[in-house]
Amino acid sequence: MKLALLADVHSNLEGLRACLEHAREQGVDGVAFVGDLVGYGADPEAVLDLVGEQVARGAAVVRGNHDAAVAERGADTMNRTAEAAVGWTRERLSPAHQALLAGLPLTVKRDDLLLVHASADRPADWTYVSDPMRAEQSLLASDATWVFSGHVHEQMLYFLGAGARAQPFKPTPGVAIPVPSRRRWLAIVGSAGQPRDGNTAAAYAVFDRERATLTFHRVPYEWARAAAKIRAAGLPESLARRLERGE
Amino acid sequence: MTRPIEPGTVIDGFRVEAKVHAGGQGVIYRVAPPPDRPDLDFPLLMKVPRLGPGEPSETVVTYEVETTVHAALHGPHVPRFVAAGDLARQPYVVMEAIQGESLKAWADRAPLPPEEVAVLGAAVATALHAVHVQEVVHLDVKPANVIIRPDGSAVLVDFGLARHAHYPDLLAEEFRHPMGSGPYISPEQVLGVRQDPRSDVFALGAVLYQLATGEYPHGRPTSVSGLRRRLWHLPMSPRRIRPEIPEWLQEVILRCLEAQAAARYASAAQVASELSHPDQVTVTERGRRLRRPGLGTLLKSWIMAAGYEPSPVERPSQQLAAASIVVAAVATQHKNEQRFQVLREVVQRLMATDEDRRLTCVTVIRPASELAGGKEAEAGTSQRIKHLVLLRHWAEPLGLPPDRLTYHVIESSDPAAALLEYAKVNQVDHLVIGAPPADVPMKGTFVSTRVAAEATCSVTVVRPRAGS
Repeated sequence: MKLALLADVHSNLEGLRACLEHAREQGVDGVAFVGDLVGYGADPEAVLDLVGEQVARGAAVVRGNHDAAVAERGADTMNRTAEAAVGWTRERLSPAHQALLAGLPLTVKRDDLLLVHASADRPADWTYVSDPMRAEQSLLASDATWVFSGHVHEQMLYFLGAGARAQPFKPTPGVAIPVPSRRRWLAIVGSAGQPRDGNTAAAYAVFDRERATLTFHRVPYEWARAAAKIRAAGLPESLARRLERGE
Repeated sequence: MTRPIEPGTVIDGFRVEAKVHAGGQGVIYRVAPPPDRPDLDFPLLMKVPRLGPGEPSETVVTYEVETTVHAALHGPHVPRFVAAGDLARQPYVVMEAIQGESLKAWADRAPLPPEEVAVLGAAVATALHAVHVQEVVHLDVKPANVIIRPDGSAVLVDFGLARHAHYPDLLAEEFRHPMGSGPYISPEQVLGVRQDPRSDVFALGAVLYQLATGEYPHGRPTSVSGLRRRLWHLPMSPRRIRPEIPEWLQEVILRCLEAQAAARYASAAQVASELSHPDQVTVTERGRRLRRPGLGTLLKSWIMAAGYEPSPVERPSQQLAAASIVVAAVATQHKNEQRFQVLREVVQRLMATDEDRRLTCVTVIRPASELAGGKEAEAGTSQRIKHLVLLRHWAEPLGLPPDRLTYHVIESSDPAAALLEYAKVNQVDHLVIGAPPADVPMKGTFVSTRVAAEATCSVTVVRPRAGS
C-alpha cells in the first residue's frame, strides 16, 4: 500500500491539486490529510470539496488548529493574520463544510500508523514538533511505529535510536528513505499549501507500507494564481507574499 | 540466533549449502537461490551477523546500516545485493559471491613492488569513486574489505559502517566513540565526522602505505587517544623504510594520508588517475621527504591539530562536483588558433569555478605504424613529443598550477573511440571538444558528434560564434 500524506493545505487549491496529481503519478492507493485543511488561502470551499471526494474513497483526515478555530469559533490564541483568515473562512463555509470540519478527530490510528496534526502528546495543545525533544515526546506518547504530523511546515524525519533519543534528519526530496519497522519514526510531511523554507514548491510525502520507505516530495505549482486569489479576496497581503516567496 | 546453521536448512527460500567463513562479526554461508528466482543465476553468499546476548548493541545497528546502504548500491564495484532477513526473525544478507581474492592476501605478502601497489591502489580508488558517486562513503576501507577480481578490478564489501548521504545516519548519534579500524581510520572520523568521501581517501592511503612498506602509517592503536595521534603525527616516510619506493608513489601515499582532508586528493578518482599515470605526478617535498620534519614543523602540525576543524562537506556529490576531472580534447593535428582560443575560453571558465578541479589536455594522433615505414619507433617518439609541446603551449595561457594539469598524447586510428575510452577509464566528469567546422558536409561522421552521443560523462561541444 502506498499512502500520500498531505498536511497544512490551508485552502490552497492549486497546491492541493498539484500534490494530488503528483501522488497519482506515483501510483498511490490512498490519501491521508494531516490537519489544517483551511486557513490562510482563498479556496476553502473548493479544497473541502476535494477533500470530501477523497474521504468518500476512504481517506483519513485529522483536525488541525485552523480547522478547529473555524469549526469552534476559537481563534483567540492565533496571531492577527491567522485570525483574520479564520473569520473570513468561517463566513463562507456552508453548513456541510462546517460539519465536515467539526467532525474531524484529533488523531487517526490505523494499525501501526498514527496521524496527528501536532504532537501525539496532548494533541489539542497544538505543540510544534520542531526539535528532537518534542519529537521524542510525541513518539513516546503513542505506540505507533510511524507517526505522521504537520503543523510545522518544514519537512523533517525523526527516529528513535537505541538510547530513546529522537534524531533529526533533513530529507532530500524524491529519495525513498528506508524506515523499517524495527525503529520508530516521526515524519513532518511538509505543507501542501504554504511552504515556508524558501522554496515555493508544495510539499507532501508518500509512505510505502510494503517496502517500508518514505519519500518526501516537492511539487512546483501555480502559486501566482493562488496568491492572486488571496489578494482578490481581500485577505491580508502577507499571506499572498508568503506563497510567492515560499516563506 | 548465533547458532551455526546446518547445511540443508532453508531460510526464506535460500538453501544453505556450506559454511564458507566464520569471522568476528558473523558467519558466511554459500546458499542456493529459491526455485522461483531464476533471475539469480550467479553464485550467492549469505552473511549472518552475530547478534544476541553478549554481542555489542552496535552489531544490530551495523546490520541495519549494512542492509539499507548495500541495498542502495549498484555497479561492478559492489556485490549485487539480493535480500535481507527480518531482524526480529532471522537477520541475514544474501549477496552475489564475488570470484576473486581478498586484498588481505596481498597485504600479508607486503611489502610489494611499487608497480603492483600502484595497480592495486588504482583499482581500489576506482571502486571507491564508484561508491562515492552514489552518495555513499564506505568509512571502513581496509584490505579485508576489498576483493580483487581475476581481471584486476576491485569490489568493496561490508557496508556496516558506511554512510548514505540521503538516509538518516543510524550510527552517528548512538555511538560516540570512533567507529572504524585502528590502522586505517581517518582523523575526522576519529572526531565523529561521517560524510566526507576524503575519509576513504585517507584509509586508501593507509592501505597503500601498508602494501608498499609492510607497515602501518600510524600503528594499530585501539584507544581514542592513540587514534587521535594521527591528527598531528606524521607517518615515517615510506622511502625511509624502503628506499626503492619511487618519489611519485610516496607523494601519492603521503598526500592521501594528510591529516587535513582539504590537503588530500579531492577525490578517489584523482588518486586513481595519479596511480595510473606515475609520470604525471607532481612530486613535492612530500615525495622527497626522508626523515620526519623538524621540531618547528611538528609544533606547527600540533597547533593545527589543537584547532582541528573538519572541513564542512554536506554530501559526497557536493565534494565530487568541486573535485571533478575535466578533459580538453585539443586537435593539435589541425592547428587553428581561432578554434584553440574558443576551446580555451570555455575550459578557463570551467576551471575557474573550483580549485580542486583538474584538467587533462588530450590529443589523439595516428599510430606510428601508420607513419613512414622503417623508422617507426623513432618517428613515433618525435611525433608524441611534437604534440605534447603543442598541448603544453595550448594550456599555457590558462595559468594552472602543475598539480591541476596533466597532458596525454594518445595514439589511435579511431580518435572518437580513443577519447571515449579515455573518459570512461579515467572517470572523467566533463569533456570539452571542438565542433566540426561549419562548412564541411557529413557532420555525423565527426569525432565530436560521436563523442557527444556516446560518452559516459558530460560533453561540451564548442564552436566559434557565427560570423567570427
